[in-house]
Amino acid sequence: MISYKEHGIVYRWINGVFQNTKAIIGTAIICFFIFLTTLGPLFSQDPTAFLSTPLSPPSGAHWLGTNGQGQDVLAQTISGGRQTLLVGFTVGISVVIIGALIGGISGYYGGRIDDLLSLLINVFLVMPGLPLMVILASWLPPGPSTLIGVLVLTGWAWNARIIRSQMMTYRNRDFVSAAIMSGERNIRIIVIEIMPRMLSLLASSFIGASIYAIGAQVGLEFLGLGDVSTVTWGTNLYWASNDLALLTGSWWTFMPTGLSIAIVSFALTLINFGIDEISNPRLISERIWLKKIPKEDAVNGITPVIEYNE
Amino acid sequence: MNYSVKYLLRRLGFYCIAGWAALTLNFFIPRMMPGDPASIIFARFRGRINPEAMEALRATFGLTDGSLIYQYWSYLKSIIIGNLGISIAYFPEPVTVIISSGLLWTIFLAGTALLISFFLGTFLGTIISWKRGTKIDSILPPFLAFVGAFPYFWLAMVLLYIFGFKFGWFPLGHAYNQEISPGFNLSFFISAIYHAILPAFTMILAGLGGWMLSMRNTMITTLGADYITFAHSKGLHSRHIMLHYAARNAILPNFTGFGMALGFVLSGALLTEIIFSYPGQGYLLLQAVQAQDFPLMQGLFMTITFAVLAANWLVDIVILFIDPRTRK
Repeated sequence: MISYKEHGIVYRWINGVFQNTKAIIGTAIICFFIFLTTLGPLFSQDPTAFLSTPLSPPSGAHWLGTNGQGQDVLAQTISGGRQTLLVGFTVGISVVIIGALIGGISGYYGGRIDDLLSLLINVFLVMPGLPLMVILASWLPPGPSTLIGVLVLTGWAWNARIIRSQMMTYRNRDFVSAAIMSGERNIRIIVIEIMPRMLSLLASSFIGASIYAIGAQVGLEFLGLGDVSTVTWGTNLYWASNDLALLTGSWWTFMPTGLSIAIVSFALTLINFGIDEISNPRLISERIWLKKIPKEDAVNGITPVIEYNE
Repeated sequence: MNYSVKYLLRRLGFYCIAGWAALTLNFFIPRMMPGDPASIIFARFRGRINPEAMEALRATFGLTDGSLIYQYWSYLKSIIIGNLGISIAYFPEPVTVIISSGLLWTIFLAGTALLISFFLGTFLGTIISWKRGTKIDSILPPFLAFVGAFPYFWLAMVLLYIFGFKFGWFPLGHAYNQEISPGFNLSFFISAIYHAILPAFTMILAGLGGWMLSMRNTMITTLGADYITFAHSKGLHSRHIMLHYAARNAILPNFTGFGMALGFVLSGALLTEIIFSYPGQGYLLLQAVQAQDFPLMQGLFMTITFAVLAANWLVDIVILFIDPRTRK
């Protein structure tokens, strides 16, 4: 059962997201791209068909030109985002769930369990991701499920570490002691009592993991470790590089895809900035404080954490 | 025993465990795949691989008829004596020879770029947190966050296109002018530095935002501390407070983050090398992927992992010197 107070946290938090400019802009851009990549392919040209002379520059018939296979770059950019975003967000969610599970258990129970799990977390953190991903991806059959598996395996540790340290601070709070006293089961305390309070951390972990997943995925596919016959943002760049886009000066084959990736990642970063502004008590009180005192009087660095009741 | 020595030994113990975990992963990944690794390789290389190479490949993976434990044992033994097997793409060169040919280039390029980007980013983070709320604080972070949102290698493509291809200011690839023979002479060094500028600039630009933001975040927390207020009220010069009071303490978490981020940043550096056809580890990785050269790939994974672990230990030693709390 979620009590009235917890409902209040969720409500206040969602309300805050919709009042924060950065979060609104970021969310709007992400919605636009999701909309574009799901519905856009219905209206664009066939991304895999040979339509015109290879590497022809942007023109009226092909707004963003054609690539080395004579395919329409605009259509490829639009439909390429579909799989890339799907894989990115799937990895984001999986990483947060695994991170919350392992980090949460590690931070809640402490002792031996924590020693063992944080050793596991630290080992995965210190191992360089890309070469490990390359080995895994080259042994497995190419495709989206391989990408998801590889990215989750190499990416879960960072979130687990953050969630573990947050869990450790909650572990000693009074409401947890009270819950233990009243005989609640540990797993219920973790999932029902503590996790909702970590909502903003979990949300920003999800976004951070999605940014990571999109970037790493594109990198792997660029190396030729994805399924090169499908159209994704990563394979677009793979083909651009394979068809010597740089040496022939055909900038239009790699610009649109790269810009789309950057705009999506940046929009996600903006949402994360927004979440931070909403949930970080220091930033909240700074806003209120600055409203009360004139700017030139605000001495550098003094940001008291004050009570706020809204 | 001295506390510092104990601390360093404990860290060393952790890195040994991490290194062993990497070795073990490396051993089990091919064996966990559906089907038997030798037949997967054989199927992929049908007709393209001669029997001697196939035999060398079997030996590399320890794919003998012995039990799994026996295979694992002989694998560990061969790694410890520095035998990473025979490359397929460059048959019959041993993997270690090929990797060492590219190692210095990567250390030179990625190492320099990483250090510059770390110190510059940390410095910028100090400045903007000090000038919080001013124009520079509201422009620089979003701008660098936007630049950091680009994939490393794509940024490399764009810079290479603009400055290498369009303007012709910088060479289009390689680590030095092929007409100059490598050696200890001035023209070779100049050529090597000239070829490294653009790739290094890419890595610095892509990494700068992350260091700057994390420094800014810890600086803001530090600036709220009482001893900063006290330093202000003592009337100390504000630049002195910024560098010697606030930044001196705020840099510690950034340093710890430096070790952690090393593996991640290196991954970006490897992809950048590929764009610039820079003859380092990244370029070898691409060649290994294209030729499905599994021994070379796994050798690269091991080398890079051990390099990252060693660098992490160096960071631990540095932290020991700059953070008195670790010395007690």
